[in-house]
Parts: sequence; C-alpha cells; structure tokens
Amino acid sequence: MSRVQALLAWVDERFPLTATWKQHLSEYYAPKNFNFWYFFGSLALLVLVMQIVTGIFLTMHYKPDAREAFASVEYIMRDVPWGWAIRYMHSTGASMFFVVVYLHMLRGLMYGSYRKPRELLWILGMLIYLCLMAEAFFGYLLPWGQMSYWGAQVIVNLFAAVPWVGPDLAVWIRGDYVVSDATLNRFFAFHVIAIPLVLLALVALHLVALHEVGSNNPDGVEIKKKKDASGRPLDGIPFHPYYTVKDMVGVVVFLMVFSLIVFFAPEMGGYFLEHNNFVPADPLKTPQHIAPVWYFTPFYSILRAVPPLLGSQFPGVLAMGLAVVILFFMPWLDRGNVKSIRYRGGVYKTWLALFLVSFVVLGYLGVKPTNVWGQFGAWLGGAERAVVVARVCTLLYFLFFLLMPWYTKIDKTKPEPERVTT
Amino acid sequence: MRSILFALLFAPLVALAAGGEIKLKSANIDPNDAVSIQRGARTFVNYCLNCHAASYMRYNRLQELGLSEQQIKDNLLFAGDKVGETMTIAMPRKAGEQWFGVAPPDLSVTARSRGADWLYTYFMTFYRDDSTLTGWNNLAFPNVGMPHVLWELQGMQRLEAPAAGEDGHGGAAATGHAKLVLAQAGTQPPAQYEQTIRDLVNYLVYMGKPMRAQRLQIGTVVLFFLSILLVLTWLLKREYWKDVH
Repeated sequence: MSRVQALLAWVDERFPLTATWKQHLSEYYAPKNFNFWYFFGSLALLVLVMQIVTGIFLTMHYKPDAREAFASVEYIMRDVPWGWAIRYMHSTGASMFFVVVYLHMLRGLMYGSYRKPRELLWILGMLIYLCLMAEAFFGYLLPWGQMSYWGAQVIVNLFAAVPWVGPDLAVWIRGDYVVSDATLNRFFAFHVIAIPLVLLALVALHLVALHEVGSNNPDGVEIKKKKDASGRPLDGIPFHPYYTVKDMVGVVVFLMVFSLIVFFAPEMGGYFLEHNNFVPADPLKTPQHIAPVWYFTPFYSILRAVPPLLGSQFPGVLAMGLAVVILFFMPWLDRGNVKSIRYRGGVYKTWLALFLVSFVVLGYLGVKPTNVWGQFGAWLGGAERAVVVARVCTLLYFLFFLLMPWYTKIDKTKPEPERVTT
Repeated sequence: MRSILFALLFAPLVALAAGGEIKLKSANIDPNDAVSIQRGARTFVNYCLNCHAASYMRYNRLQELGLSEQQIKDNLLFAGDKVGETMTIAMPRKAGEQWFGVAPPDLSVTARSRGADWLYTYFMTFYRDDSTLTGWNNLAFPNVGMPHVLWELQGMQRLEAPAAGEDGHGGAAATGHAKLVLAQAGTQPPAQYEQTIRDLVNYLVYMGKPMRAQRLQIGTVVLFFLSILLVLTWLLKREYWKDVH
C-alpha cells in the first residue's frame, strides 16, 4: 500500500470520501445520449463559481455607501489592478447566468425533465431560478447608477401595489421612504451574503436530488429500467470520466463566447450594461426610459400588458408573479404519455413554439417603450400596436400552461423506444 | 404613495412620447488614433476642465497615449495638481448650481451614457438664442445650462426657422426642418472645427473606457489560448469516448 493509498484509507475510515466520489462522479451513471442541450447544467455551475469568486474580489474594493458606491466602481475599473476584468466578468456573468439557466430550463421543457420522478428536482431548480432573480435584482442596485436606482425604485414600488399592506411593505423593503443609502446597504447584505448562501444550499440539494433520480435524456426514457447483471444501466456511462471530459469541451466553448463579450463588447450594446447606468444615481431626476435588464423584460412586459383595475396596478403585479409561479406546477400540468418532444405530436410542439415566441417577443417589447411599433388605425381605437401584441403574447404565455392538461392529453404521441437512441 | 407608484410606472411611457429627438450626426472617431486623443485631451483640459471635473481620470493615465510624464506636466497640468491626481476642479458645486442652474456634471464616463454621436452632435449644434440665460441654446440638448464655450473656435450659429408653409400643422417650428447657419465665422474654419470636436469626442470616449486598448490585446491572447485548449479538450473527449457505443 502506497503512502497515498494509506492516507486515503485513513480518511475513508473517518469520512466517506471515496464513497462520495463514486456516488456522484465515477459511479454515477448518466445516459450516454446527452446532446448539446445537456451542457447548460454544468455551465450554470461554472458561472455560479465565477460569480462568487469575482464577487469576493469586487467586495474588497466596493463601498456600499450612497456617496461612494458609484465612484468605487469606477475606482475598480481604473485604479485596481485587473479590476476592470473582474468587474466585466461579474457583469457579463450575471447576464450569462440567465442565458445558461434559460437554456437549461428550455431543455427541461423540451425533454420533459420535470416529469415523475423528477418533480422535486424541478421545484428545487425553480427555487434556484427565484434566488437568481433576487440576486440579480439586489446586485443591480450596487453600482448606484441611474438605472440601478430607478430600476430598484420601480420594482420595490410594485410591492406597494399590494392591497392594504402595500405601502408599508415597500417602506419595510427599502428601509426608507425612497431608495436610499439604507436600501443600498441592505441590498448589499442580501446580495453578498443572504441570497448566495441560500443559492449554494439549493444548488447542492438540486444535485443531490438529480443523483438520486438520475438524469433524464433526449429520449425521455428511464435508463434504470434496463440494467446488466452487475446492476449498471445498459445505456448509462459513468459521469466521470465521460461527461467530465465532454463538459470540458463545453466549458471551453462557453469561455470563448464569454471572453468575446468581456474583452470586446462588455456592454453588449447596452443590454448587459445599460448606458444610463453610467450616470450616477440622482433621486431628483427620473430617466426618460426605465427598462429592466434583458433577463427580466418578459415579466416586465407582462406587468405592463395587464390593464390596471380601479386605478390599481395590482393585477399586473399579480400576473407577473404568476408567470413565474406557474412554472412550479409543470410536473402536474403535463398529462402527456411521453416525456420527450421527440415523441410528442404536433399539438404540443405548436404550443411550445407559441410559448417560446411569446416569451421572446415579450422580452423584446420589455426593453422598448410601448409606442415602439406605432398605433393601429381608428378601427382599433388607435391602440398601441406593441401593447396589443404584448397582451396577445401574455395570453398565449398563460394558455400554454393553463391548457396543458388538456392538449397534452389529446396530443397524438409516437411510441417511446425501449432504449435510448443516439 | 399609490400616485407615486403610478407616476413611476408610467413615467417611461410619457417621457418617451414627448421626446422630439434630432437625428444624430456620426462622430466618425478612430479610437486607435492616439494623436487625435492627445489633441482632444488638450482641448478638454483647456476648455472643459474649468467647470467640469473628470474626477475618476488620473493625469498620468495619459501615458497610455504615448505621452511622457514630463509632457503631461508641461502641456496638460495647469491647476497645480500632481500628475498622479485625478482631474478635479476648484469650482464648488454650489457655485455651479448658482451660475448655470445645475452643477456641471463630472465627465469621466459621460461618453458611455451619451455615446460619441450624441456628443459630436451636441458640440456642433450650439446656436445663439437671446431668450436663454446664457444667450446660447442647443439642438441636441434644448435649453442646456452650458454656454457655447468653444464659440470663439466655431463662430456663432443662428437657427433659421423652416420656410413658411413647409410645416402644414401650423404648430411649433419642427426642429428637424430648422437649419443652423454660421452667422459669424470663428477662428477655425468649419472643417477644422469639426476635427477639433472629433478629437475632443475621441478623448471623452477614451476617458470613459480606459484600459480599452489593453482589454482588446489581452482578449486576443485569451481567445488564442482558448482555441488551443478547445482542440486539446476535444481530442481528449474523443479519446475517452472511443469506447462508448
């Protein structure tokens, strides 16, 4: 027995090191037919680590103080060695986190990864998504630019639309009657400690749940049903080394895209870093156009699309909240007898396509003012075209979920194969 | 409270509906032209850096443009600042507010919020307007608090109302149709003034994104490294996956 083996044995008697390694990597069997869409889980993990590491370095120089925050960000960009790279990595990472998470979620929708027995896995994933939105929202205030300030002002004011307790709720969140130094300080605390802790815990639970039920795959069939004599799934391969080396390729491709943005277009034309956020926050000067960052715009569009009721914006706020919450119910809304889109019929495919188009159109309209497409003629009362389109898309967005129990049932599906295909 | 919420929710819509923005001229700057940025820096220090600060910009950063520390000290440092200090001004904010109605903003990152084309258009479209406090007005920034500081260079422009009958609505003169004419020539002929402004805008853009040149250089190296790594990881993957059928 070599010294290393002896040390390992010593540890294993006290901590399940080898057992954990086997359970989660070298003897965790994943379907062998993963395709392009299966890169985004590991990429999300990569971005999470990157955000934490760059975030730690940013907090060493950032000042969570309304008088110093904006200047401290510029200090990081100019006077801190490599500060610009760290900051651009963090700001690009925020957007890319949503890119990979949205693609990861779309994968789940396409291949039915939320279906039994993966309901808890899906719900944990949705909780991660909620945390991610909170994390992005709190973090966006920190540079203390005009968009930081007014974006936070608008979002916090949404809570003020809640009947009865709304205004008090908004004051409680802000810690003041307007977004101020107190708000900045508490958002900083949430952004660097509270939410990341919850996020990390949820990611760990997400992985534990995944490794308990096993990964789904593009065919949506369970590889655990067909095992060889030694109990290994016939269509499974050990995650390590097969998927570790495959994910490394994905990581490098991702890093190339990431570097193209960080080094050559860190603002991404105003979508990753909004132009107006280079103006220091001014509580007395409302910007002409307040738009959230792109990853929130589909929901912002839904908020704007729902007409106010009795002068209250609450219905819009409710719709926006429901648009996220309804995703939690996917496992029970889908009644199809196959999981994967490969064996679904035209009805489901049409609805999924409508949903995706609606989501993208809502996202686009959310960054634009409502008069972006002009007005309809007198025959429609001169209504704003973009508002009408946003309302239709909002309707489609919700119908995709609400009609799902019905159309997944009547959909003519193809028979699933016994084993995975390639 | 509710009315504030309402105002905030709809502020963007209202404000945009009212925006009568003019068509921007193309600044056409070359961010790799260090000499142009140097000239712009001189204009900036001479004309802007009395009312406007650039308090995130250090003088000695201009060495990135190929200037020596001595050159910076001799040509660009007037206020008795040290070369390692940032471009601050002596004018108090309060005084600025009193004199111009609003304190002149810090210009360190203005180019990032306004964009080069807007800045260029702004500097090109000052005109005499006796109805304003300073006697100057601007097409890109109507009723701006800043007087035309560069007027001696450009000369004096006047706004010529659109020809009668052109605007059929009989409303306020549409600025899009209005024309600026040079009523009094400045010390620089128009082509030279355009170049002065182009250099100034080039400097403002540079100041907004210092490290840009290094960023692009490092980015190229990073991508080169990653493309080699891509080949290696791909080969590794292929080797391992040979036995997956």
